[in-house]
Amino acid sequence: MSELRELYQSVILDHNKRPRNFGEPAGAKRSADGDNPLCGDKITVYVGVEDGIVTDVGFVGEGCAISTASASLMTEAVKGRRLEDVERIFEEFHALVTSSSQSEPELESLGKLQVFAGVREFPMRVKCATLGWHTLRAALEGSGQTVSTE
Amino acid sequence: MTFDPERARRDFPILAREVHGKPLVFLDSAASAQKPECVIEAVSEVYRSCYANIERGVYELSLRATEAVDAARRKVAHFLGARESREVIFVRNATEAINLVAWTWGRRHVGEGDEILVTHMEHHANIVPWQMLCEQTGAHLRVAPIDDRGQLLLDELEKLITPRTKLVAVTHVSNALGTINPIEEIVRLAREHGVPVLVDGAQAVPHQRVNVGALGCDFYAFSGHKLFGPSGVGVLWGRAELLEAMPPFMGGGSMIRSVSFEKTTYQSIPHKFEAGTPDIAGIVGLGAAIDYVTGLGLDAIAAHERDLLAHATSALEAIPGLRLIGTAERKAAVISFVLEDAHPHDIGTILDLEGIAVRTGHHCAQPVMDRFGVPATARASFALYNTRADVEALVAGLGRVHEVFA
Repeated sequence: MSELRELYQSVILDHNKRPRNFGEPAGAKRSADGDNPLCGDKITVYVGVEDGIVTDVGFVGEGCAISTASASLMTEAVKGRRLEDVERIFEEFHALVTSSSQSEPELESLGKLQVFAGVREFPMRVKCATLGWHTLRAALEGSGQTVSTE
Repeated sequence: MTFDPERARRDFPILAREVHGKPLVFLDSAASAQKPECVIEAVSEVYRSCYANIERGVYELSLRATEAVDAARRKVAHFLGARESREVIFVRNATEAINLVAWTWGRRHVGEGDEILVTHMEHHANIVPWQMLCEQTGAHLRVAPIDDRGQLLLDELEKLITPRTKLVAVTHVSNALGTINPIEEIVRLAREHGVPVLVDGAQAVPHQRVNVGALGCDFYAFSGHKLFGPSGVGVLWGRAELLEAMPPFMGGGSMIRSVSFEKTTYQSIPHKFEAGTPDIAGIVGLGAAIDYVTGLGLDAIAAHERDLLAHATSALEAIPGLRLIGTAERKAAVISFVLEDAHPHDIGTILDLEGIAVRTGHHCAQPVMDRFGVPATARASFALYNTRADVEALVAGLGRVHEVFA
């Protein structure tokens, strides 16, 4: 059952039970909705940006443990970061969770997000892990379109 | 004849395989059923010994293939209790069957201000084609409500039948809740107002005897793949007089009598609705699947599944924090549930690692999810090849879920 423990690490279970930055922060001017129609996950990500830096970020929604924990850990990972850093972290995170990636991602820079490494063994769950990130990106781009991982 | 599920299991080669190092426990037959050896063999045999296009050649192989498809059509007609085999239209699946009626019958009979009546427990396949029809014609979709156990409120349905109602489209068995609808009663109510009834039978035919004459409905749709047949072939049954009066669905080869650039005339039923080369081997495979289930006996299968449902229901009800979604009095062997601590998607992944296949999500029935206030459920659905051991495996698997999420 190591595969299972690898997927549901205690950090993930903790963030699922007590998601951080859950809610709409006062300083967030941009937002976007994301959904995964197949499993019924729904999320809204709120983000505030000043001088190219993410000053505030939060989310609401309902979803599986992987998508909830990923969104929660994402908010911690991007707060206070420059926009170009956010984009880089997302790319590295994406490489971490997709088994198709050729190069090993730079685990060090991902910090806590490394707990999602187990997702790559579960291709059906990649979209759960990336829903929050795709929605954050949409909020930053301000496209106003609902992001769908289908 | 007594039904022996252990023996039936051996007819399904896939059930012998392992998944993640565990014996496969397949509890997702409501999505698509596994195939017995006789169906696999019938499909291969078409390609090995008698494959050619049908209704065309004067040569031996074409004749043999045509006869095989005709024989399958007669089997389907007999299976459904239809008066004539020309009332059986081969389509890709139940979805296509319903769309066929919406596009042909619907466009002829439904106009602005008219109403199509469905129920709150329909699969998207019996909602969206009617919504599309309403959008194009200016008709309105009406929805008969269900109670907290997932049972159709017949009184409410009756109230919703008005002089503008053109069709009642209702599922025989709910894929998300397991509810078995009282079709005879619904047909009686609709008949009083002269309204025809279409029945989505996708979830019914693998589990109980169906007789369209006794049901009294006007259209009946089902998919072959849920009936242990190949994917890609399904059936629309319709009353001959209705089918004859309907314009064709798709145009092309096979469905015409003569073609000129000035005027084309169409074949009679069923060919009028079967444009292009069909899934010949699939249709023959469906015939083999019907032989298989009728050989086992649908009443015996139904009794076995009733036993499984009762056993599984009490086993699952005993799990703390588990809530059943859909507790109708008349229910097929479908159990939808949610857990307090774990999202259905997580349940699905953990069970998969135990070799257990369940469906998780909205089951193409989002209005049902909304009705019960859940974004998704986990669903275990049983078929003739499931046993009490599968139920024990599911309960043990849910124990693993609890260990992770408690």
